[in-house]
Amino acid sequence: MQPLISLNIINKHFGGVQALKGISLQIRPAEVHCLAGENGSGKSTLIKVIAGIHRPDGGRILTRGKSYHHLTTMESMRLGIQVIYQDFSLFPNLTVAENLALNCQLEQNKTFVSWKSVRQTAKRALQGLGITMDLDARLGELPIGQKQLVAIARALLQDAKLIIMDEPTTALTGLEVDTLFKIIRTLKDRGVAILFVSHKLREMLRIGDRFTVLRNGEVVAEGPVSEFDQSKIAFYMTGRRLDSAIRRTQEETGRQSLLKVRGLTGSILCDLSFELFAGEILGLTGLLGSGQTELALALFGMQPCRSGDMFVRGERRVIRSIQDAIAVGIAYVPEDRLTEGLFLAQSVERNVVAANLLNLRNRFSLVSLRRLIEHASHRLTELGVTFSSRGIPVKTLSGGNQQRVVLAKWLATKPEILVLNGPTVGVDIGSKQEIHKLFQQLAANGIGIIMISDDLPELAQNCNRILILSKGRLSHELKGSECDESRIEHHLAN
Amino acid sequence: MRKILRKHECLLLALIVVLCAAIGIKNPSFFTLVNAFDLLKSSVTLGILGLGVLIVLVSGNIDISFPAIAAFSMYVTCLLVPALGFTDHIVILFVVSATVGCLLGFLNAFFIYYFNLPALIVTLGTGSLIRGCLLAFVGTRIITNLPSSMVEFSQACLFTQALPGGETFGLAASFPIFVVAAVLVWLVLNHMLLGRGIYALGGAPEAARRVGFNIRGIQFFIYGSIGLLAGLAGIIHASNMRNANPRDFRGIELTVIAAVVVGGASITGGRGTVLGTILGVLLLVIINNSLILVGLPTEWHKVIIGSIIIASTAVTAWRARGRQLSTVPT
Repeated sequence: MQPLISLNIINKHFGGVQALKGISLQIRPAEVHCLAGENGSGKSTLIKVIAGIHRPDGGRILTRGKSYHHLTTMESMRLGIQVIYQDFSLFPNLTVAENLALNCQLEQNKTFVSWKSVRQTAKRALQGLGITMDLDARLGELPIGQKQLVAIARALLQDAKLIIMDEPTTALTGLEVDTLFKIIRTLKDRGVAILFVSHKLREMLRIGDRFTVLRNGEVVAEGPVSEFDQSKIAFYMTGRRLDSAIRRTQEETGRQSLLKVRGLTGSILCDLSFELFAGEILGLTGLLGSGQTELALALFGMQPCRSGDMFVRGERRVIRSIQDAIAVGIAYVPEDRLTEGLFLAQSVERNVVAANLLNLRNRFSLVSLRRLIEHASHRLTELGVTFSSRGIPVKTLSGGNQQRVVLAKWLATKPEILVLNGPTVGVDIGSKQEIHKLFQQLAANGIGIIMISDDLPELAQNCNRILILSKGRLSHELKGSECDESRIEHHLAN
Repeated sequence: MRKILRKHECLLLALIVVLCAAIGIKNPSFFTLVNAFDLLKSSVTLGILGLGVLIVLVSGNIDISFPAIAAFSMYVTCLLVPALGFTDHIVILFVVSATVGCLLGFLNAFFIYYFNLPALIVTLGTGSLIRGCLLAFVGTRIITNLPSSMVEFSQACLFTQALPGGETFGLAASFPIFVVAAVLVWLVLNHMLLGRGIYALGGAPEAARRVGFNIRGIQFFIYGSIGLLAGLAGIIHASNMRNANPRDFRGIELTVIAAVVVGGASITGGRGTVLGTILGVLLLVIINNSLILVGLPTEWHKVIIGSIIIASTAVTAWRARGRQLSTVPT
């Protein structure tokens, strides 16, 4: 079949860095083409070349019988290429209908908005995907999965032939991923090609037809999905064999109780009781809105629950503020490290010491800069992070290193209980494994870890026990060898 | 979204009704037509400036140079029009002043768009610059012999009525200007793609750019129109005062922004309506002008205005949080 678009030997450099080295790629109509690669492998640059945002240094782009040196954003859109970025490029303050129809209105180059045609366009868009939604709902109030559907529906309105999805599943729950995949299949049936850009191997294997793997700006593997499996892609992505069998040994942990929660009840949580032992990684999962995050916020004193008791090392403790939580040795690594866990513009060192400043004071109650830097670099070396230069802002680091900085910050407070919420969201597989190893080391040193995650392999690989929440209640507990993906999936589905 | 905004406007309307009822019961002279016309007249300048601020706030930015622009365009117009021998007609005065204001607004837009500077800093700077230039190079003298058309304009009335004593009163001729301005701004914001672009810019600037809005055009429109409205307000203010004082409008930005925010506009952008702004302005004008009728000393007005600002933003924030918790539990 004639490819929809083909890239021939595309090169692109930024300053001295060669971001794309002779990339060739063909995307055919009605195929789900997966583009896999770690952070920094050139995936985003490639997307931006296709979308016309970056101008390649060399190579040709062939599409619809024409050959281009480069595309402009307008050309790219006119050729039916639509990119759905991670932030969706939607307007939270406008209604669903207007979000859907704004592009069309703009294209028609009208002066006045016809609200009637806005509604009609929006209805048509949603019908095209076979979904229904409240057209007058304000977009910002929708759950993230629905926002994504709006973004896809909008792309289709532009008569998209190729929809590029940049990390589409990062923020979705399992159920929302299923919906998305259903939609992707609908799109395929209509002849639309999808470039599915991700580093989530399982999902890509589930939905993909063809694979292209990038590493350091080069295509290192290409072919139909049947030629790939998880370990093979991982090998191509990282360039090394990852021992996927680092599964935690299920030795009996010390039975010393670190944290005991009894009858916790909040707005979703309902009479939740469980116990965390020293040296244990306790997984916590459930469908979106089952109360996982509420539990984390309650443990860390950010959103105390209505009723229920907490015992830390057997003593009853009341945690009503973050200060209380830190005082009893609880640390929390939030879900969204970019907005909740890091001071992005500040240096790595400052981020590391942020939660621990009180302990770094000298006798005049001032913070000694020398001690601050010593302390920070000590913490970072412990976590295996080395930096060439001091004082670089945290936002320039990769996802994996950012997560290490967040961890370093909390480890500096010497916690006994570490609550992790989505600990490796947006972290590429190489770093992910190292971070997992780190958790296991921490647990081996006697820290109790509560790992809240939607990533089933992650839970299965790391946890001694897994609690499955459903509508705020504990629905199942899996122990030791029961902690495998299919079992978790089974219990989640029911 | 509309439902919630409507709720806010209903709340505001209810507050105004309760306030009027309370004042009227205490002092029945509040319910006279004279007083009503007086209140409407007082709301014209604040209202016109409020419309400009609404546009800027919806776009997610802020402009604090408009009082200086209003003073500058008004003063320069009052000097220029007689000096250049233009026909002394109120329309010409309005056109000149609005043009000067609009150009000064473009100056803001220029710095904000081309240098990508934060609007707060730019307008802080240009505000000071414009006021400084006015006082240093144009004049510090209060002009008392205004062009005669301005004096006539301030005396012109609609719906003239006679008082028992033989005096006449009516609705100020400036009021229709406010009404027309409000309708135009409403039309732009709700029914023109340009206006939807302003909302889009306030909601998600990067997305607005990607979708293909002409950001440059929108920015120049925003700051140009607030400048233009400030120019109009300047002339109306000077004609009401019967003099052109280059030091006028000082500090009014806070009152105007307060009125617009009380009217439900979000200071972070993307939200706000013309109706809300009008109600916000009306509420503030009633407080400023009428509490005196019930014997509350003027010092109290600020206390009440401050409380209303905080209460109204708190209600909005509280509602937003309630929504968030109910829809996004994790």
